[in-house]
Amino acid sequence: MSLEPVARAVLSGWGRVPRSAADVRHPATMGEFERSLNTIGPRGAIARGLGRSYGDAAQNAGGTVVDTTAVARVEIDDRSGLVTASAGTSLDELLRILVPRGRFVPVTPGTRYVTVGGAIAADIHGKNHHRVGSWCQAVRSIRLLIPSGEILTVTPESDPALFWATAGGMGLTGVIIDATFNCPPIETSLLSVDTLRTNDLDGVMAAMVEADHLYDYSVAWIDLMSTGGSMGRSVLTRGRFAQLDELDAAQRLRPLAFDPKVRVGAPPWVPAGLLNPLSVRAFNELWFRKAPAERTAELQSIGAFFHPLDMVRGWNRIYGKRGFLQWQFVVPDDADDTLRSIVGQLSSAGCTSFLAVLKRFGPGNDGPLSFPAAGWTLALDIPAGIAGLGPLLDRLDVEVAGAGGRIYLAKDSRLAPHMVPEMYPRLDEWRRTRDQVDPSRTLTSDLARRLKLIDA
Amino acid sequence: MNDAVGSPQTALVLGGTSEIALAAMDLLVARRCERVVLACRDSGPTAVTAAQRLRSAGATQVDIVTFDASDLTTHRPAVAKAFELLGDVDLVLLAFGVLGSQAEFDADPIAAAAAVNVNYTASVSCGLEVANRFRHQGHGTLVVISSVAGERARADNYVYGSSKAGLDVFSQGLGDALVGDGARVMVVRPGFVHTRMTAGLKAAPFSTTPDEVGARIVRGLETGADIVWAPSVLRWVFLVMRHLPRLIWRRISAR
Ligand SMILES: Cc1cc2nc3c(=O)[nH]c(=O)nc-3n(C[C@H](O)[C@H](O)[C@H](O)COP(=O)(O)OP(=O)(O)OC[C@H]3O[C@@H](n4cnc5c(N)ncnc54)[C@H](O)[C@@H]3O)c2cc1C
Ligand SMILES: NC(=O)c1ccc[n+]([C@@H]2O[C@H](COP(=O)([O-])OP(=O)(O)OC[C@H]3O[C@@H](n4cnc5c(N)ncnc54)[C@H](OP(=O)(O)O)[C@@H]3O)[C@@H](O)[C@H]2O)c1
Repeated sequence: MSLEPVARAVLSGWGRVPRSAADVRHPATMGEFERSLNTIGPRGAIARGLGRSYGDAAQNAGGTVVDTTAVARVEIDDRSGLVTASAGTSLDELLRILVPRGRFVPVTPGTRYVTVGGAIAADIHGKNHHRVGSWCQAVRSIRLLIPSGEILTVTPESDPALFWATAGGMGLTGVIIDATFNCPPIETSLLSVDTLRTNDLDGVMAAMVEADHLYDYSVAWIDLMSTGGSMGRSVLTRGRFAQLDELDAAQRLRPLAFDPKVRVGAPPWVPAGLLNPLSVRAFNELWFRKAPAERTAELQSIGAFFHPLDMVRGWNRIYGKRGFLQWQFVVPDDADDTLRSIVGQLSSAGCTSFLAVLKRFGPGNDGPLSFPAAGWTLALDIPAGIAGLGPLLDRLDVEVAGAGGRIYLAKDSRLAPHMVPEMYPRLDEWRRTRDQVDPSRTLTSDLARRLKLIDA
Repeated sequence: MNDAVGSPQTALVLGGTSEIALAAMDLLVARRCERVVLACRDSGPTAVTAAQRLRSAGATQVDIVTFDASDLTTHRPAVAKAFELLGDVDLVLLAFGVLGSQAEFDADPIAAAAAVNVNYTASVSCGLEVANRFRHQGHGTLVVISSVAGERARADNYVYGSSKAGLDVFSQGLGDALVGDGARVMVVRPGFVHTRMTAGLKAAPFSTTPDEVGARIVRGLETGADIVWAPSVLRWVFLVMRHLPRLIWRRISAR
């Protein structure tokens, strides 16, 4: 049996730091993919999709990384809406197939360039979390390759412990080969969107509590660079897929059109200091002014509503070689004071951040490491080189944990390991389930080493 | 693992009693660096005090391994022992060095060569030893304490200066060589620092303290710098100094 090509490569997540080198396997056929955990060395192995996690989840310094993206296989049952896709299939590929047939993905993150494997391993959430929960709640079955070489078919009924340990398990329970999940029907590919501009944080929070339940999709963008009275000013966009009779005559000719364009690419090299408090403040000001104070029933495309950042290819390079990180937490509904306090501290620290994203989650699921839980989630990008950023975020992590909240592991690149069991109290239960399928502890990643996920 | 803001979780200090190194380690231990190995000439009171200092700064495990920079055969075992104790080593701080005095070297050329062996030859051997370990683990940051003395030759310390010049070029080259291996090298160029190494000497302009150099090292790790000057103004001072006509340089550098 010939092994698929292997090459030493330096890898990083979307934030471009931290970096490490691994031997990357590129299985090109389903057969190679199903054998991709054969002959793994002492530094173990981890699967990697499109590398859209921000930190070090999909890398394994000195060990093996299995690139899943070369194997593409999608089967659709048009009647039931059940789709079976190989783990390396991207949501972009899926949408190009599904939307013209009148189906959508159960959940979409802020980018289409994530894989089905990455969606399960991070149990990703979208603007519809308050309605449908996270990705794994739509999953019916997973084929999971474990280090013994066996491929297990795992469903929430057949092995709930392993199924939910894999949901949000950051690739550490095995390599997902493919999965079957439910894709909801849509009548058109346009969304009917309501926009509301609010002048401060309390305004947007009140609006979300009051009326999120009337919408399928809801998210707010907050300007963290504004302080004082306008601290936390926001633009809230909410919507649902439009019905056929809401389209005009021209739109009705192709109601399920889907052809998103990548308009521009960020330059490959960016001068240091391009992003400074002044340039970011100006950007945020423009963006806030551009939004209407209030507008209803505007029709927007899938790309414009869900994936505006995908229009700029490689936008992560605008942060320069030093890279950036994303910090995302959730705190329970009744911890709105913690949310206010954190937004205040970030605003006054002058963290050079473009917009932060605020969303109100519905209830979480059974995954011990699944991130979403009922309450407020805030996500923001921050350049990694800011002086004292580490200690600042450490202090904020303590506030988050104190309020009963947690940090999203798929975005993390800097959390203190001792915070993990506080934020994910079922960590030990997850470890026991994990050890049963990987007693030799072959599966590992830089994230797992840094956060001591596998052993304390 | 090193995190996105440049904080290591484990560290090896070669020259574990260096005042500059310990000042940097105080700060790193206060962040994520829980476990440290100090490689020292012996495990006597100075080493024990250094280990105690890092424990009180918050380190959960501090071990001492012995090596002598002037004895090449001790390098590999010391580095191997440190990796054995720590598992992955995220940061190696290469801090050993001797200043000596030009007068002493003029009188005893063998002593001069011995100092060069510590500052340069031993650093080459230890640096390459560490690099091979970094290649194997696929990550790691090597911080090398060079000196502004290597920037331009001076009549009163050119043996030391030339050894640091060699170390500086070696370290930069090693950094470039490691680019595809996930590891990196940061070169630190302090000016005059008030430590026991310089005790009794007349302070040069822009003199600084171990704590300040330590803070510059931590800042360099945060920004992912390849070269760090301490204090940072020396970067511009030496940009000018390097290009002064030799006659003028000779006059102002004579102290
Ligand atoms: C611009 C942007 C916006 C985003 N918005 C959101 C959002 O709104 N909501 C949200 O939840 N997330 C969001 N994310 C994060 C992203 O959805 C997750 O990190 C996702 O896991 C990335 O998928 P990927 O295919 O790139 O996986 P990678 O980044 O390659 O890997 C992520 C994790 O999945 C594991 N994994 C990947 N494939 C497999 C497999 N076949 N088997 C087992 N494990 C596997 C990896 O080991 C790793 O632990 C966003 C990211 C970006 C860059
Ligand atoms: N101080 C300055 O002004 C200045 C300026 C620029 C650069 N530097 C450089 O900074 C580094 C640290 O110096 P420092 O200022 O912190 O002074 P220091 O406290 O005297 O540190 C020097 C260290 O080198 C060790 N060392 C010397 N010879 C050794 C040998 N043969 N084997 C093993 N270890 C040996 C010493 O160990 P012992 O305790 O056993 O002696 C000590 O730990 C040195 O490389 C120095 O050249 C210093």
